[in-house]
Amino acid sequence: MKLKTRPDEILFRVGTGVFGVIVIAAVLAIGWQLGWESRLSIREFGWQFWRTEIWDPVAGQFGARPFIWGTLYSSVLALLIATPVALGIAVYISELCPGWLQRPLVFLTELLAAIPSIVYGLWGMFVLVPFVRHLETGTPEWMRALPLFSGPPLGIGMLAAAIILSIMVIPFTSSIAREVLRAVPQAQREGAYALGATKWEAIRMALFYARTGIVGAVMLGFGRALGETMAVTMVIGNTPRVSASLFAPQYTMAAVIANEFTEAGDDLHLHALIEIGLVLFVMTLIINIISRAFIWSLGHQDRPRRRRGVLAQQTESV
Amino acid sequence: MRNTWRRFLSQGIVVLCAGAVLLALVPLALVLFYVVAQGISSLNWAFFTHMPAPVGEVGGGMANAILGSLMVTGLAALGAIPIGVTAGIYAAEYRGTRVASAIRFAADTLNGVPSIVVGVFAYTVAVLPFHRFSALAGGCALGIMMLPLVVRTTEELLLLVPNTLREGALALGATRARAVFTVVVPAALPGIVTGVLLALARVSGETAPLLFTAFNNAFFTTDPRQPIATLTVQVYTYAIAPYQDWHRQAWAGALVLVTIVLTCSLLARFATARMERMQRGS
Repeated sequence: MKLKTRPDEILFRVGTGVFGVIVIAAVLAIGWQLGWESRLSIREFGWQFWRTEIWDPVAGQFGARPFIWGTLYSSVLALLIATPVALGIAVYISELCPGWLQRPLVFLTELLAAIPSIVYGLWGMFVLVPFVRHLETGTPEWMRALPLFSGPPLGIGMLAAAIILSIMVIPFTSSIAREVLRAVPQAQREGAYALGATKWEAIRMALFYARTGIVGAVMLGFGRALGETMAVTMVIGNTPRVSASLFAPQYTMAAVIANEFTEAGDDLHLHALIEIGLVLFVMTLIINIISRAFIWSLGHQDRPRRRRGVLAQQTESV
Repeated sequence: MRNTWRRFLSQGIVVLCAGAVLLALVPLALVLFYVVAQGISSLNWAFFTHMPAPVGEVGGGMANAILGSLMVTGLAALGAIPIGVTAGIYAAEYRGTRVASAIRFAADTLNGVPSIVVGVFAYTVAVLPFHRFSALAGGCALGIMMLPLVVRTTEELLLLVPNTLREGALALGATRARAVFTVVVPAALPGIVTGVLLALARVSGETAPLLFTAFNNAFFTTDPRQPIATLTVQVYTYAIAPYQDWHRQAWAGALVLVTIVLTCSLLARFATARMERMQRGS
């Protein structure tokens, strides 16, 4: 305890602490700056900004509803595809697969997360979009009458965006779900087997035990999907409209910022784009905080926490 | 009868889970296949040494963009590594204090901020006041993306260092600073370097934060106050343009990016495996 009062100790603590405070300040600064630099748009449109659908920079009309719709719709669709696959992968790697296969599989799923967004976008433009177009032209006539599949089969559009997003979200969700499953005490599984459970019944029990963490993992994937920019921009078609159709070209919040930011002619347009960024920031912030709270609450049910493999986790999250 | 059904269901789920793994590996294989197949034919020496060719002219390379990527990533590292490592040291050394928890929380939050939002922020602080795009602004954006990765890696790895080492140094009369910088940090250094490399690899593949910070530049420049071309933005520009030859170049650029990522991941993998072996051995 004497350590605390020595001057060099205080110097060390303050010296390193200053850099820590920079990290905290960075987060606050992002919120503050985005709020300040979007003031024109916030003052001019208020809540109306999110309710109107017309986005016409030339006429000075800015309604962001199509973008928020596109972001939420594409992310939810991506989640619907990605969640079962990601959980399947997590369960397979942590519960089912033979030991020698574990490391290579972890590495391959990590690789899926490591490929840059722009590469997914390039691949999406030239490989996935033609494939989706092929799928769309092959859709039977009676299905095309439904609002979900209405519109011309362009290839680019919501479906392509959702598919590429789901590919990018899968490694994140599965890697966290795997960590969560690892936190389930082995005794729980042994108990289930001792009572005569089959493999699936034991897994179901482990999943139930880890349910808050699993929900957290899925939400973290949702947060990733909301902010994903390049790959989506390149395949979604960039058309600001609210449509339920999977075939329709649409737009997302991140994509409109990427496309129009350097071309913003006047301050109002720029502020409107920054306001979209601000809302994206707040949305991902809330989702991240909630999902981390879920995952954290699970990790603290059983102490002591496992220390082994921290570096491995680190390489995965990077 | 009921037991047969239970066993059947269990087998079915096992097969489904294995199927999910295969399903996720399909896009990975497809992406890698196309990038290699399309990229390899346009990747030649000129790609690394020549400047971009004007529209209509075949050939040319991305020399300026490759240098630009190195520069912007280097600037990011210059800012993020000292700040991140020091903040990580604080978070590990004063674990349990309120400030340390706040740092950890801020780093996790920052990690979840979409890259495009970081780009907008960097624009408001590093482009707007100076009225021009610059390599520095790009480095600022990528540095913010790197920061949380460096903080968390440093912190986690310092916590792996056995407490007895730290206590031993303190017992010999070392000050806290001396114990940390001469005993604890060196023990964790290989891991920290690996983590930093991975963070570098990750941000070097970022495009969105650079679109309106580093912007683009058709010419060769090493001035950090000028807009600068980067590999990722160049790939994007080429991909959305309607020229066949540019698409070829974009694939070549993608191949270079994927090669960088793959190499770094493999290196980190080996380093991690070695470190874990060492930990078990000690």
